[in-house]
Amino acid sequence: MNIFAILSELEKTDPEVFERFDSRRRVFKHMTGFGKTLAASALPLALGSIFNKAYGQTTSAPSVNDVLNFALKLEYLESYFYDAGLGVAGSTATAAQTTFRALFSATNLSALDKIRTDEANHVKYLATALGANAIAAPARTQFDFTGGKGSGTGPFADVFLNPATFLAVAQSLEDTGVRAYKGGAPYLMSNKDVLTAALNIHSVEARHASRLRTMRRAGANNNTASAVAPAGTTEAGRNASPKSWISGKDNGGASPTQTAPIYDAGTAPSYTPTGITFPAEDNVTQGGVNLQTALSSLNFPTLAFSEAFDEPLPVPTVSAIASTFTITGSTLFS
Amino acid sequence: MSKITQNGTDEAEFAKPLYVPIKRRSFFMYAGATAGATALLLAGCKDEDNNVAAPTTPGMVSVGTGDVGVLNYAYALEQLEAGFYTQVRTGTYYTGLAATSAEKQILDDLYYHEVIHREFFKAAITAAAPTQIIKALEPDFSKIDFNSRTSVLGTAKAFEDLGVAAYNGAGRYIQSAQYLVIAGKIVSVEARHAAIIRDLVAEASFVDSDVVAIGSTGLELSKEPSVVVATANTFLKDGSKLDVSGIK
Repeated sequence: MNIFAILSELEKTDPEVFERFDSRRRVFKHMTGFGKTLAASALPLALGSIFNKAYGQTTSAPSVNDVLNFALKLEYLESYFYDAGLGVAGSTATAAQTTFRALFSATNLSALDKIRTDEANHVKYLATALGANAIAAPARTQFDFTGGKGSGTGPFADVFLNPATFLAVAQSLEDTGVRAYKGGAPYLMSNKDVLTAALNIHSVEARHASRLRTMRRAGANNNTASAVAPAGTTEAGRNASPKSWISGKDNGGASPTQTAPIYDAGTAPSYTPTGITFPAEDNVTQGGVNLQTALSSLNFPTLAFSEAFDEPLPVPTVSAIASTFTITGSTLFS
Repeated sequence: MSKITQNGTDEAEFAKPLYVPIKRRSFFMYAGATAGATALLLAGCKDEDNNVAAPTTPGMVSVGTGDVGVLNYAYALEQLEAGFYTQVRTGTYYTGLAATSAEKQILDDLYYHEVIHREFFKAAITAAAPTQIIKALEPDFSKIDFNSRTSVLGTAKAFEDLGVAAYNGAGRYIQSAQYLVIAGKIVSVEARHAAIIRDLVAEASFVDSDVVAIGSTGLELSKEPSVVVATANTFLKDGSKLDVSGIK
């Protein structure tokens, strides 16, 4: 068996074969084992696994439909969340939902109902756009918004009883959505109309996130949430009193044990286009330039440089975050 | 799929002969130098754009074509926003705000963010296409009363909403995935701005029907460049008005 002959043959049909290997440096790590530990008879198997790594990963960039279906899953997650807490629009709220709604100020409840409507419309829009290719609507029982994986007693056990917890989870979901759409956009470039639609959802999610942050720092029962300033000037106060945008890493977000990954760096899948990275939200380097350094003469607050840019997240990282809210055994985000 | 653990020593030792190729080396060389990296980032569009004559309308500022055209377009809008918030800071509405007030802190942050956006585009375009960057535009803010809360917040709302609609509408004209992501990094911050400014004007109006199709799809109502500049040009002096016909 001549590995190099195989590679050479492969190069005739795929001129990029060596580049594939080159860009997958880890593959070569496996080849080190050849001489040392693998018997000749094991070679074909090992070789197969190398090609799998070189090709399996590079060819698994999501298609337009993949991205849209992933977005649809996230929209189901969000839509079901608001429905569960506030009641499905147009249906009679349960006694528990009615009690819960009364805990929010009138302007905040109006804001939440608008967000709920948007999310339900996003579900409908994406499902319609995908048509027969759309995933089936997941059962509402697939989700546990307490983060308890089905027990209903997770870290957010009072999510539909305590408005502060509800807003904390809502902010976390919306901020995740913003990063997810940003990460998905490059894979939609082949269809400009779909890309534009996704961008038009992306900014609406950002508007939602901003409003939820405003409500969180003012308190759920405040009727003039926008009049309340964030507490303090450092990132340390941002867990409970966020700005309307992400400042640094927001000190880990609303509930750092669960929400820190929402503001942290993502792990780039091997198919990620050249030059696209998934830094944490406190990133200050854009287009290769450290703005904090390059623009130091402005004497702006340090945090302003990270606040001015949001960052994308890739599908695997978003899936891991989203699976916080699915039950054990659910394959929705696996 | 098997998980591969990275072991630096092993890998480095083995990988060297096979894989130290020049390509990767020089990439890191570029990445180390900030100006070089930006040039690298923008290099993709430079050549082809140089071959396309940018449309020009006498007395107007053409943003150019291709990705540089979109970047110049974004740079122009960020110039407007940054210029606006800079001037806000001189009016009695802003100067009369208590230091601890939400409005003061919000307007301060918006000023920082928009100036950073403007300077980012200036640096990025200068590094990549120094002959194609548009000039510093002269704004016309004569219709704005910087001493009036209503006028300042009303204009801020118009600018932020316009910015979001503009970035969303221009996304389809971007050819490089990297620029698309950079535009995405900025537009969501603009959307966050728009939401809080709208809430300051009217509590909980952050996704009203003038900006989001709230009754149907829940999508932002994005705008084509030609529509955006019709509004933007009313805030620019003669000689600084924008021609975006090269973006297509």
